[in-house]
Amino acid sequence: MAQTQEQYRARLGRRKIQEKLFRACGIGALALASMFLIYFFVTIIQRGYPAFTQAYVQAELTYNKKSSSKFGYRNAVDKELQKIVSRGVLRTIPLQMKHNPEMMDTSETKWVLATADVDQYLKGKHDQLTDAEKSTVDRLVEEGLIERKFNVPFFTNADSKLPEMAGIRVAITGTVMVLLITMAVALPIGIMTSIYLEEFAPDNKLTQVIEVNINNLAAIPSIIFGLLGLSIVINFLGVPRSSALAAGLTLGLMMLPVIIIATRAALRSVPDSIREAAYGVGASPWQVVAHHVLPLSLPGIMTGTIISMARAMGETAPLLIVGLMAYVSQPPGSILEGTTVLPAQIYMWTTDSERAYIERTAAAILILLVILLILNAGAIWLRNRTERQW
Amino acid sequence: MTLTFTIAIVLVGSALLGLIGYLLGFRRAKAAGAKGRLHSQPPQHGGYVASLAAGVPLLVGSIFGVILLFRPKSEFSAGADDVVEASSAFPMVSTIVLLVLGVIAMIWGLRRITSDFRARTAGEKIIRGTLVGSAFLSIATTVGIVASILFQAISFFRGDEAAGRPGVGVWDFLSGTIWSPEAAFLQSQGSARAGESFAEPLFGAVPIFAGTFMITTIALLLAVPIGIFAAIYLSEYASDRVRKTLKPLLELLAGIPTVVYGFFAVVTVAPLVVAFFETLGFEAVSYQNALTCGLVMGIMIIPLVSSLSDDVIRAVPNALREGSLALGTTRAETVSRVILPAALPGIVSAVLLAISRAIGETMIVVMAASLRANLTANPLEDMTTVTVRIVSALVGDKSFDSAETLSAFALGLVLFLLTLILNVAATMIIRNFRRKYAL
Repeated sequence: MAQTQEQYRARLGRRKIQEKLFRACGIGALALASMFLIYFFVTIIQRGYPAFTQAYVQAELTYNKKSSSKFGYRNAVDKELQKIVSRGVLRTIPLQMKHNPEMMDTSETKWVLATADVDQYLKGKHDQLTDAEKSTVDRLVEEGLIERKFNVPFFTNADSKLPEMAGIRVAITGTVMVLLITMAVALPIGIMTSIYLEEFAPDNKLTQVIEVNINNLAAIPSIIFGLLGLSIVINFLGVPRSSALAAGLTLGLMMLPVIIIATRAALRSVPDSIREAAYGVGASPWQVVAHHVLPLSLPGIMTGTIISMARAMGETAPLLIVGLMAYVSQPPGSILEGTTVLPAQIYMWTTDSERAYIERTAAAILILLVILLILNAGAIWLRNRTERQW
Repeated sequence: MTLTFTIAIVLVGSALLGLIGYLLGFRRAKAAGAKGRLHSQPPQHGGYVASLAAGVPLLVGSIFGVILLFRPKSEFSAGADDVVEASSAFPMVSTIVLLVLGVIAMIWGLRRITSDFRARTAGEKIIRGTLVGSAFLSIATTVGIVASILFQAISFFRGDEAAGRPGVGVWDFLSGTIWSPEAAFLQSQGSARAGESFAEPLFGAVPIFAGTFMITTIALLLAVPIGIFAAIYLSEYASDRVRKTLKPLLELLAGIPTVVYGFFAVVTVAPLVVAFFETLGFEAVSYQNALTCGLVMGIMIIPLVSSLSDDVIRAVPNALREGSLALGTTRAETVSRVILPAALPGIVSAVLLAISRAIGETMIVVMAASLRANLTANPLEDMTTVTVRIVSALVGDKSFDSAETLSAFALGLVLFLLTLILNVAATMIIRNFRRKYAL
């Protein structure tokens, strides 16, 4: 059945259109993915950056008999300012005066934290101020008595029930503690296991089983490790709940397979000629590993370690189960005391109904993302710098 | 003397013994070397003695510790700390015994040093033993996971006569359509006040599985087409430069912690979804609807699907690609008729891994989905998932052996088995694929 040239041409046209459509789908998919990413970052930054400034009000604090009592500390400032100055500032006055009796019957004028509602009002967000209070705030702003300053307490305060006082200090301390314990657990065991599997283990059924096992461990949902942490670390070993030790051990077990996989890849990339040369000059098996293979694979192992640290830092689900979701108002003194970590703090603030926490949450997320970005960029930089072709 | 303090003393003591052992071994080997030619270098002798002096107390101590932990707990209530507390002489005695053992091991090691003692070989054996030990510790994690989940889950299904906690039938659990564990809590609270009747707690997990299934399906409907098309474009169409800029961007999406996605879902996506469907005329769309969770989870999975698919598409041999193009096909025809069929096993395994990831994902749903076990086919209603119920059962101050707490382990067992099967299937498929193209 002969076809005419027109028919061929028409079919070719259709095929070319199909080709264009197909290509457009690919571009569309990538555009959508990039759009998500951009939208995501824009939202987080937009919501988070206002939290780096906080409303302060210049107030005259009077220290007298009335304001030194547990119930009258509000009277340290003018009636007008009582709803504007943060309760977190005023409620410490009685204690301060108790420790410094010479403060009695003096007064001082200084910049103190304003309430979260004032802060949110200045930033044009939802607030619960009455109209009278709003006009007071407007007047004070005009007089230069209310200002937005850099939010130092956000970095130096612990969590608080008052949004304007809440900070990420405990979360940062906790994150550092947990990460150190995680690495202390996962790194030595992980590296020794990889050395055994890669350099010493005979290639038999048992080794293969171990290998499959470790690969599967790396793909198990993180929440399962939370169950493991709860029943083994907390119930069996008796580690206190909510402590950095419990969290670190749980995350350490979770990071073990990740570190093993990365380390084995790094060891495998060292060519056999190096090993054979070392054996050739009479080195023992351990000397081959310790003097030649390990130093050469060290950059790869470090890259893997940094990436797994970044992963451990962002992990939340298993930590909720071992109790890191606690409200902690003081930095932990030891690894056995209750603490929290940055992602858990983000979770707690997100679920809080108080609107003023939202921008603090976004700010905490920004800090977390910047740290993760630095870690990952560091790993990539290290890899590019030390990568070598054998 | 607390347990922590005892452990610290043993650690520091062993380290000191090791150091002393090294120095003594080194000196003795040097002295032996003056008489005859040494087989091993003095540092190797020193290391051998050091590892004996420090290793013996540590090994004996940790074996002893493990035995203490496995001791039946009924006589003493909580754990090893109680035993230590029980008699004040105990920690002191055990510390001294351990350190004396270390000294004995050190002396034995020192006496073995002669000019032809093979300290290097002996040291190698010790190192090898340590490496094997740590490999077994890694494997113990798996055993720990399986054991910890399995025992609690069995206890959930069996029930506990003594505590008045009825068991739950496996079939009731897998096929029941009502999940209301709250009654279990009331029951344990009120068991003292006899005579009152309580609603039986029900543990029918079907609504929970349905919620997980719904959210996973939505996520995959979003992530699989976008991920695969992105991979096709990146591997078949894009220039090297475009590829090098876009791929890290996608990986950036993968590096964002899930708690951040959860915040994004709650604060941004949920209001958008609700507003959108309410303008379309739907009524009372829940802020905790399943659609929001599915969409955000889909965004999270895109990089997983695209990077795995990209790998397999690029692994298809160029000969296939060029052969097809030489016949005069367009690129689209080559991709859809030749390359995709060849890469299909790899793509299937990528999708399986994506499913396993979506099922096990926790933070997004804990933050954006609801707690209500709601059996519905409407994605605009609120639904719950396996992971949400696990977290809600275990967070808070419930007693560890209440039926609700244990139900988390039963759900965890299901989750573990499901993801394990998916992962193993994905690994097997991809292994066959690699063998086929001799990669």
